[in-house]
Amino acid sequence: MSTNELTLTPSQSPGLVKSPLSISPSRPLGAVRRPVNTTGWREWLFTVDHKKIGIMYGCVAFTFFIVGGVEALFIRLQLALPDGRILSADKYNQMFTMHATTMIFLFAMPMAAAFANYFLPLQIGARDVAFPRLNALSFWLFVSGGLILNASWFLGGAADGGWFMYAPNSGPVFSPSNGVDFWVLGLQIAGIASLIGSINLIVTVLNMRAPGMTLMKMPVFTWMILVVQFLLVFSLPVITVALVLLMFQRSYGATFFDVSQGADPLLWQHLFWIFGHPEVYVLILPGFGIISEVLPTFSRKPLFGYPFVVFSGASIGLVGFGVWAHHMFASGLGPVSVAVFSMATMAIAIPTGVKIFNWLLTMWGGKIWYTASMKFAIGLVILFTIGGLSGVTHAVAPSDTQQTDTYYIVAHFHYVLFGGMVFGLFSGFYYWWPKVFGKMLNEKLGSWNFWFMVIGMNLTFGPMHILGLQGQPRRMYIWTEARAGEGFFNFGFWNLVSSIGSFVLAVGILFFIINVIKTTRNPERAPLDPWDARTLEWLTTSPPKVHNFDRIPVVHHLDEFFHRKYVEDETTHAMTQIATGEDLMRAEEAAADTGIHMPGPSYWPLLLAIGVAVLGMGIIYGTPIMVVGALVVLFSSFGWVLEPSVPEPIDFDSPSHDGHTKEIAPVG
Amino acid sequence: MADIATHDTDHATDHGHHSSTGLSNNKLAMWLFLGSECLLFGGLISTYMLYRGRVQNGPHSSQIYDIPFTSVSSFVLLMSSLTMVLAVSSAQRKDDAKTNLWLVITALLGATFIGGQVYEFTTFYREGLGFTTSLFGSSFYALTGFHGVHVSVGVIMLLSLMGIIKKGKITGDKAEVVELIGLYWHFVDIVWIIIFTLVYLIPS
Repeated sequence: MSTNELTLTPSQSPGLVKSPLSISPSRPLGAVRRPVNTTGWREWLFTVDHKKIGIMYGCVAFTFFIVGGVEALFIRLQLALPDGRILSADKYNQMFTMHATTMIFLFAMPMAAAFANYFLPLQIGARDVAFPRLNALSFWLFVSGGLILNASWFLGGAADGGWFMYAPNSGPVFSPSNGVDFWVLGLQIAGIASLIGSINLIVTVLNMRAPGMTLMKMPVFTWMILVVQFLLVFSLPVITVALVLLMFQRSYGATFFDVSQGADPLLWQHLFWIFGHPEVYVLILPGFGIISEVLPTFSRKPLFGYPFVVFSGASIGLVGFGVWAHHMFASGLGPVSVAVFSMATMAIAIPTGVKIFNWLLTMWGGKIWYTASMKFAIGLVILFTIGGLSGVTHAVAPSDTQQTDTYYIVAHFHYVLFGGMVFGLFSGFYYWWPKVFGKMLNEKLGSWNFWFMVIGMNLTFGPMHILGLQGQPRRMYIWTEARAGEGFFNFGFWNLVSSIGSFVLAVGILFFIINVIKTTRNPERAPLDPWDARTLEWLTTSPPKVHNFDRIPVVHHLDEFFHRKYVEDETTHAMTQIATGEDLMRAEEAAADTGIHMPGPSYWPLLLAIGVAVLGMGIIYGTPIMVVGALVVLFSSFGWVLEPSVPEPIDFDSPSHDGHTKEIAPVG
Repeated sequence: MADIATHDTDHATDHGHHSSTGLSNNKLAMWLFLGSECLLFGGLISTYMLYRGRVQNGPHSSQIYDIPFTSVSSFVLLMSSLTMVLAVSSAQRKDDAKTNLWLVITALLGATFIGGQVYEFTTFYREGLGFTTSLFGSSFYALTGFHGVHVSVGVIMLLSLMGIIKKGKITGDKAEVVELIGLYWHFVDIVWIIIFTLVYLIPS
């Protein structure tokens, strides 16, 4: 093999290394011929490449972020002034329900899945996830679920029961439109998507780490994603039960939440929150993982107390299963339950606090480099801490019963979710953008993006603490001048401030979009290792090659990539640089593996997801549609089973170009 | 989950990677899936336990349960676990003919159980317990129906597996594929032991 051909300097490695092979499937496998030779849109539709799937997750999730954001702006417009006329009471109900559902299930979770899909295999030195086609199936099921959820807007009105959809309020009597049916179906399908995805990622982490990478040498991001996937595996089935019961009640007349039959309204609450509380850690832990990568990199120090960060993340996950009833303090659980769940909830503040201090001590004494990514990470630490403090006040049951269903709650969870999770995700955008797209996001626009978001977010959600403590109910669609009160703490002023803040926030997001467009048009390539980073995903080109690594790295250290660049002086502990990212890349390419087999693209994940969606719609629109969907599901399942995940050698022409012996499935 | 069970062999293990846990990807995934299923049935069983005595219309459980009949069909289902073990053991000895034989018998036993359940549901319905009759009715049919669907999916998987083995189209380790479907099958049986005890044997 010629070394020269494979040597890529950063400026010369613009894109994925395309396979030099020409490919012609020579026999049909399964029911139809495999899409081995795909280009253009097919390249994306039938791909099983974890990187492409990650990018698609990101694009779809960001689209839903904008949808959910516009819904939020409608809500704030309605409440900006007394006697709001923008939305009717009914539309307002739909708006806040869909805002929350969209942000949680269609933005936050899939955006975390985007990062997980893209970077988890790279961080553990793997070439793909354990089940590439299941990965594609997860993505397409998520898209189906999202479309079904939002289709309700055009098919008779969206769901209107709030994101936790308490039964019996969400039963056919109080929610007669089809909105809740679409919601129930969409979430079940998105739930299946997450379940499959989580099993896939757990197996990937547990089974496919590069040689030498013990669990305690894994990057913290990967660790947090692993914890999240365990939370999902064991919490999603519980909400599935709740959704199925509600679906049976609404569509087939079952009695589960029919109070006149003696049903217990707490059943839904318990089932929902047994899922719902682990879910909040599902949302925040990826953000924690991202900044645990970002803070050390830009502080030029290793993460302070790595094992503490890892184990506190794991214990947040574990204790997170035992605190669900703190969402139900106002429902009359009885003093013992309330006391137990109150204590458990306070206990969860401990591992969270441990993490905060670890991050602070990571930055302490470091040479901090204030990039946009770092700013968002610091923003997370501060804003999440504020949200965490109001969270502790909810753990105190007597205080919580005063705050339940007021804007104080809304303030709390937006500080932890927007200030925590969203800031973490944005930190990740700026940090990993050069890795994924090979171009640097503009730092100046990034700064504008950050400051508008941080100011907008505090203007929007800060006043909600005041509004809540003054007693403004959480889901009130209108307020009047007469009852707004007087003085500094009147509703009128603070509602207006909050609404103005939401538009400042929107401008901040707009800066990000402008930044993305500008960066895309900018021809300048990013350097190979722009941040002097620490983990394995940087030990490949940007964007990474189809097969990720030229050879599977052998891991000796936590922060392997950093330790390949620097050596530590035994006595002074000073770090001396011995190699650059480019040097390491050249070495990898010189020693590249040959005969790498990558999984081939497939029709089945997409087809199966369509089948599931049609099957689901049959529950609303009648049995014939269900039968069609079931047939598609059956057909694609068999096609799937009969198709080997790695294309057989017979699918490819033998490689003959330039002495290359690599046999790589083409892009897509 | 047939897709996991019979497919997606870990290609990476062939090329320099090792499986860090020593379990194959497929088996680990199946165990995780079954762990998740435990909570699915946990939720349904909890719902049933909450609602089993709440009857405002229609018959109570004690008026309609036919314990001897259900005991026999339970026995049939449990015996299918034995034949499943025999199928796995034949597959490990690479004896395709015997594997297929035991797979068919397992599927037949499963189908017999489903037949029993259909008969039981029909009888209960005639005696006045519909899906919408009472909280007891809804939660009984939801729980046992969900289990029935799991057994049916298992039967379909067993028969499909047999067809695929016969046509020689199986990809990956044949014995392991049989074992994976076996894991699922045993799980469904174990769940039935719990359901039978809680639903039928303990009076409400």
